Amino acid sequence: MLNLLYGPFLYIAVAVFVIGMIVRVVLYINGLSQKLDRIAYKPKMGIGLKGAFHSIIKWMIPGGTRAWRINPFMTAVFFMFHIGMVLLPFFLLQHAVVIEYMFGISLPALPGALADILSVVALLGFFGLVYRRFAVPAAKALTTKQDWLVLALAGLPLITGIMFRFSTSGYEFWEFAHILTAEIFLIAAPFTKLSHIVLFFMTRAQIGMDYAIKRGGQNRGPAFPW
Amino acid sequence: MPEGIFCKRAPLTTEEEVKHLLSDKGGKQYYAEMENLEVDVDMLRKDLEETCKSRTRTWLEVCAHCGMCAESCFLYTANNNDPKQIPSYKIQHTLGELIRRKGNVDTKFMIHCMDVAWSQCTTCNRCSMYCPYGIDTGVMMSYLRGLLFKQGFVPWELKIGSGMHRVYGAQMDVTSEDFVDTCEWMVEENEEQWPGLEIPIDKEDADIMYVINAREVKHYPNDLAEAAILFHIAGENWTMPSVGWDSTSLTMYAGDWEGCKMNVERIYDAVKRLRPKTIVATECGHAFRATTIEGPYWAGLESGEAPVRFMHYVEWVAEALKSGKLKIDPEKRIKTPITLQDSCNYIRNYGLSEATRTIMSYIATDFHEMENNREHNYCCGGGGGFNGIGRYRTERNIGLKPKLQQIQATGCNLVVAPCHNCWDAIRDMKEVYEEEAKDLEWSFIKPLLLQMVIVPDHLKPQEDAE
Repeated sequence: MLNLLYGPFLYIAVAVFVIGMIVRVVLYINGLSQKLDRIAYKPKMGIGLKGAFHSIIKWMIPGGTRAWRINPFMTAVFFMFHIGMVLLPFFLLQHAVVIEYMFGISLPALPGALADILSVVALLGFFGLVYRRFAVPAAKALTTKQDWLVLALAGLPLITGIMFRFSTSGYEFWEFAHILTAEIFLIAAPFTKLSHIVLFFMTRAQIGMDYAIKRGGQNRGPAFPW
Repeated sequence: MPEGIFCKRAPLTTEEEVKHLLSDKGGKQYYAEMENLEVDVDMLRKDLEETCKSRTRTWLEVCAHCGMCAESCFLYTANNNDPKQIPSYKIQHTLGELIRRKGNVDTKFMIHCMDVAWSQCTTCNRCSMYCPYGIDTGVMMSYLRGLLFKQGFVPWELKIGSGMHRVYGAQMDVTSEDFVDTCEWMVEENEEQWPGLEIPIDKEDADIMYVINAREVKHYPNDLAEAAILFHIAGENWTMPSVGWDSTSLTMYAGDWEGCKMNVERIYDAVKRLRPKTIVATECGHAFRATTIEGPYWAGLESGEAPVRFMHYVEWVAEALKSGKLKIDPEKRIKTPITLQDSCNYIRNYGLSEATRTIMSYIATDFHEMENNREHNYCCGGGGGFNGIGRYRTERNIGLKPKLQQIQATGCNLVVAPCHNCWDAIRDMKEVYEEEAKDLEWSFIKPLLLQMVIVPDHLKPQEDAE
């Protein structure tokens, strides 16, 4: 079974993820319309792209926007979780080895201690995000079953990965569980809210373009005061 | 019953229809009939397929339900953090549901959508600044209003407002003749004190074509006189068009996109006819949005820009002060604490916050910012049509609270509100919250300027020779 998970299943999962995400991006961009959105995307591409870039960068910096600054708990757990979730799949030594072996792409690896810290920090961030859904009234009121599903899809590979790394016995089980949940994550991503992995950049770019092209960029410049 | 006597799907296009609907005072029967108004499900599904594309669908789909938009919305805080007032909740349970059900909804649901779209969102767009994805619920609510309008589910006042624009070319029953007469009247009233004062109508190739809000003609003609006097003092070569003088757009509030196009084209046609160098639009937020920000798109202009430069009144004043066309008597500047209301429509949505601050630096010595200001300012509480809808008066009054508290926190009793909607909302605060707001004063910019502007000698009335 483990052979299948390390072999064909992994290729399938990665293929679904990559192709699925590309399709999501292409469909998103194709669906934008100057007429329907009332934004001159093409005629004002220059200032639009500057606005898009600014809109993405500001939100990727903790405290870069007012919303991050006035929500310190959310900001903390959000970045704790996401930094680990973005870096570890590629740059954890064990992952880099698998990626090189399976795909022939060699990536630099994080020092083991740093990777351990990132994974534990991400886990704390994950629990923080779970906690918010119980404790913050607005988040609690909005949360649906789907949100829990998405949290589970994202959390399981992290939790099982940490167990695999730190468990002293039964690590075969954790290895199996980690690879399985990671592959489920990859396959589910394009079809669930996990598509935000790429669509975050799309929606942020779009609203950045909107404010830069149409809603005041000519007066305040492309950098909207997020 | 598909359609009633008053509540019909189609927009009002004749004077007779407008008067007929007006005769149903407060829309009592109109709303009663609405409860039986059938939904054209096929049309709704088709509209969604054709006009709801990736921007909106992705917003609705990726929303993580994190709740960060909640406190960005003044209606959420004003209503004691009611979960039903979270922007994400409001849009997911209306437009989101409509899309999931592919338009297959009933009358009751449409009325629910109407109530949410017009009484729980002023389309101020503030939530878009607090969402990590940049989801703009205001934009989606606007879109939802369009779907509702087409099906006939629209508040009574806005159905009439849209009809007024279509029939009179203005948001009120003010004809071109009424408008020109009022201009003449205002000149007569003031020419003794201001020799040579004029309101030039349909003058070609002027530097400025001034456009206004029909309310100024119908209810506040002094505003028109003040504008004329200030252009006179500044020595501007200006004009007003006899057709296309009202820049407002209740059609925009109503979601009447066809009407919006007609409105803005009426003004762009005046531009074509009179060839002014620039347009100056009065102290109104939504009118500016309709003509300058959204207008070019409704008119189908590829560049996304109006045919000539459109300036909001605050831009014209700021430039006139900087260039010395208008000079302020330093002695007469306002010395009491004063604060400023940032209009969503041209501050958050057009970036003119520097212009208003420039004006404040010239006219006041003790200016205080509100705690959330510029792009981050809250809606006055009455934007997006909220002020004018009787059905939602209670909800609107609750919505005024955050702004009142924001003003009070500055310690100022005087608020400058260069926007008709904000101005109305602050006026209403005094009525609704009599005790708390009893010392509150509010003003447009024009009357304040007139109290302190230096009048050049040659414009003063000449004393009779001995």
